[in-house]
Order: sequence, then C-alpha cells, then structure tokens
Amino acid sequence: MRSKSTRLRAAATLLFALALSLSVAACGSSSDSSSSTEGGEGGAGAIVSNPENGKVSLTIGSKNFPEQEILGEIYAQALKAAGYKTKSDLNLGSETVALKAVKSGTISGYPEYASTALTSFFGLEPEEVPSDATEAWEKSNEEFEKEGLTAFEPTPFASANAVGLLKTTAEKYDLKTISDLEGVSEELSLYGSPECRQRIDCLAGLEELYGLKFKSFHPVDISLRYTVLEKGQADLSILFTTDPQLSAEKNKFVILEDDKHVFPAGNVLFVTKKSTAEKAGPDYEKTIVEVQKGLTLEVMQELDARVELEKQTPKEAAAAYLKSAGYTG
Amino acid sequence: MSAMPVLASFGGAFEFIFTPQRSNVTGGNGVGGIHQVVELALTQLEVTVLAMALALVIALPAGLYFGHRGTGELLAIGLGNAGRAVPELALIALMAAVIGVGLLNLTVALAILGIPPILTNTFVGIREVDRASVEAARGIGMTEFEIVRKVEAPMAIPSIFTGIRTATINIVATATIAPLAGVATLGEFIIGENVYGDNGVLAGAILVALLALALEFGLAAIQRRLTSKGLKLTPV
Repeated sequence: MRSKSTRLRAAATLLFALALSLSVAACGSSSDSSSSTEGGEGGAGAIVSNPENGKVSLTIGSKNFPEQEILGEIYAQALKAAGYKTKSDLNLGSETVALKAVKSGTISGYPEYASTALTSFFGLEPEEVPSDATEAWEKSNEEFEKEGLTAFEPTPFASANAVGLLKTTAEKYDLKTISDLEGVSEELSLYGSPECRQRIDCLAGLEELYGLKFKSFHPVDISLRYTVLEKGQADLSILFTTDPQLSAEKNKFVILEDDKHVFPAGNVLFVTKKSTAEKAGPDYEKTIVEVQKGLTLEVMQELDARVELEKQTPKEAAAAYLKSAGYTG
Repeated sequence: MSAMPVLASFGGAFEFIFTPQRSNVTGGNGVGGIHQVVELALTQLEVTVLAMALALVIALPAGLYFGHRGTGELLAIGLGNAGRAVPELALIALMAAVIGVGLLNLTVALAILGIPPILTNTFVGIREVDRASVEAARGIGMTEFEIVRKVEAPMAIPSIFTGIRTATINIVATATIAPLAGVATLGEFIIGENVYGDNGVLAGAILVALLALALEFGLAAIQRRLTSKGLKLTPV
C-alpha cells in the first residue's frame, strides 16, 4: 500500500514538474555519462578515483523537490568520481519514505535537513532545535545512532520554511515579520503543501505559536508555491529560504521574518546506515564531506535557480557545480 | 509476509479513521479521526458530484445526438478513446497555469476524465437500439426528440449507465490527488504521509475504496429503477 502511494506521489510530482516546465522527456536521456570518472588532475580539491571502491555499489536517494535532487546528484556524481559504482534513486517522496528506504537498504543514504530530522523523526518542538549547525548535527546523530544510522558533517548552507508574499502585499499591509500579520491575517489566504495544515513547523505553528487565524488554507503541490502568488490566488505562500526566486526576483517576492522561531533552519546532513559506511570504506564519508564544502547559501540558491528557473535537470546542475568547484575534471 | 502484520496495520488504519492519532510533527495535536474523515470525504464527494454534473451536461446530450443521427462515430469513439489517454495530473497542472488551482480547476480537469466513457457508451448504446423499434416509433408519428426520449434512451439505459458508472469511479478515485491542487480530499491522508503516518495512508486508501463502492452501489440502484421503467415503455 505504501509503495503504491509513494509511486503515486512520485508520479504526481514528476508530472507536475513536466507539465509546468513544458520540458520534454528527452532531457533525461544520455545523462549518465555526464559525470566524469577520471578525476585526478584539475582543481585543488579534485576527487581522486580509487579502484578499490569499484567493488562497492551505492544508491543515493533524495526527497521529491529540486534542491534535494540536486544534492542527491552531487553526492552520487562525486562518489562515482571517487570510483564507486553509483546509482541514484531520487524523488523518493517525503522524509518518512526516504528514511525507511535507508533503513531497509533500498538506498545507501540521502540528504536530510537537521531540523526536519529533529522535529519529524525525533519529536522535538521547533523551538527546541539548536540554531547552531554543529549542535543540531550532534543532537541528530545521537538519535540516528540509536537506530544504527549515522549522519555526516552538515553542509555550510541551511534551509527553512518561510512565509512568503508579493512585495506589493507586504507594502500594502506594512508587513516585515510574521508577528505583523496579527490583525490582518484574517483577510489573507495561505497556501502550503498538503502536510502544512497540521505541521507544527507550518500552519499549526502559525496558529498556535503566533496565534494567527487565516482567511483560508489551501493545500497545493510544492512546485506551485510561486505560481499561486504570481496568479494572485494566494496572499501568502509557504516558501523555502533557499529558493532562487528570493534573490533573482527580490523586487517581486519577499519573506517575513520568523520572529518567534516557528520555522527552524536546518543544514543538510547526509544520512546513511553505519554498516553501509563501514563497508564502503573511508572514501565514502570523505568524498561527501569534501564535495559539500562549497555549498554555501549563495551557491545552493544558484544551483536551485538552474533547475527551477532555467529548467536544467538536477543532473546537469550537479555536474556543473562539481566541475566549476574543481571536484571533477 | 504472514497475515498478522497486515491485519495489525488494518487495525491501525481503522483506529485512525475513528479516533485522532498521535503524530510526530504536529506539536501534540491529534491527526485523523472521524471528524476529519467525514469532512474530507464530503469534499471528495462534492468534487466528484460537480465534475460528474459537468461531464454529464456535455457528454450525455452529445452522445444522444450523435447516436440518434448515426453520425460522428469517429468523433464520439475517437474522442472517447483519446480522452482516456490524457494524464490527469498533467491536465490539472496545465489547468493550474490557466485558471489557477482550486475547485474550478479540479472540476474541469476531472470532468474531462468523465466525458469519454459517458460519450462513448451513450453513443454505442443508442446505436445498438433495434432499428425496427425506431422505425415503428417514427411510423406512429413521434418526433425525433420523442424517439430519443421515449424509445432510444430508455433502451440504451444499461449502456449509458455503464458509462456513467465508469466515469464516476474514475473521477472519485482521481479526486484523491486534489490536495495537490488546492482542495483537501481524502488524498490528504495519503499525500501527507509525514503527518498521518502509515495508518493514515492505509486509511486514506480504504476510505477512497469505500467511497467508490458506495457510489457504485448507489448508481446501480438508480439504474435498476430507471431500467424497469424503461422496459415498460418499450414493448420489445
């Protein structure tokens, strides 16, 4: 039953992405050759291929939105450059599905936000999530280890949910922080993912921790989060702080400051089974930690922009990152 | 897999349907329960009824007209078959770009899913009515409209209802993806797995199946009533 729903959701997201971008299926073909396995020379941090690693097969997963798929591709291509036999199984759906896939061994590992791990997997309240990246990592790792899992060092960038709106709306109501919504939220409609309604780091938190009431809440596919604002359907929409639109179109879209910390920010941790890490040898962790060092907020936004705005495939964006940062030749 | 874990998960799903359950991500609020189930089921029913109404208004008259005239076979059958191949999600996404997300978008997109089976089955049903009866009706001075209403349509009821039932099942099942397009239906339990958990996913699937069965039985009952009345009108 679950695999059916996963497939349905995967198909759903895929079709949405396809239909919205009007991109043709052909772009995915012949992409397997895009990652070069002959690292060695080139940039300073170039990944060296170790023939020993050829005995190990890895499957890198990701959740079902562009940023995740880009990260999944970056890890997969970097590990391939390090000599591993690598496959990717992106677009796995929600974190629950992705975590189960790691535990069952369907995938070797996937990138997860520390904040999501702590709240969704380990039951912390949003305000209990440490704002320090290392602290959040250590806290997550304590919990992961109890389940035979381990999380590698966090990425430099962090991502969080945010309440976004058109700049014109923000100016009309003079909104800068989420608290400013008090008194006007009753006139405003909010759009978010179908899960948002009940999540404490989403609508439930806005209602309970900020004490806000909205005119209405509408569930939509994540890929439509800017469309609903642009079409004037949504007054407010749940966005991500790493969204490229926020820097590329800062005269159009703005986000409200989360002054009560309902949306904890999370750096990305690569989650894997301890046994997988041992079997794969030292290059596994080394490659992942090394390759994500260049992933600052600006770089991540730029990569998101390539996929969400310029309609590149996550595979292409990841390959471009690895090349320009000197990881592959 | 033995039967026990399967039974256990069904038990969890039924509990989910009747009493709110704990969830990791809601800050202590319960999820599911009969209240939410009824609310979401009613929305799914509402979407289905609206989409079926729109599909019927378009496909039924068209099927009757073309069937009666005996023309437009290519259109009725071809359109019907082509319509089946349209991926619903792509359609909803496309509609979302044109009219935005929400009830209207969904109604139109789901109606498009319902038109082909109604159109094709109505057309075929009317075509298959015994020509002698139609000629006899014409012979006793019925107008063309009366022939359709009193002779052809009643005799084609079984075929027409096959179309209507197929369309309804297609629509009610597909309305499960509505939470991706602005309307919260029972699909929310399935799509929002992080919130509702495995029990919610299974409960959502069970509820959609039950809803589909209920509609199927309801339509079958209506069909029986209409058919007997129809047979009285057609002394074949």
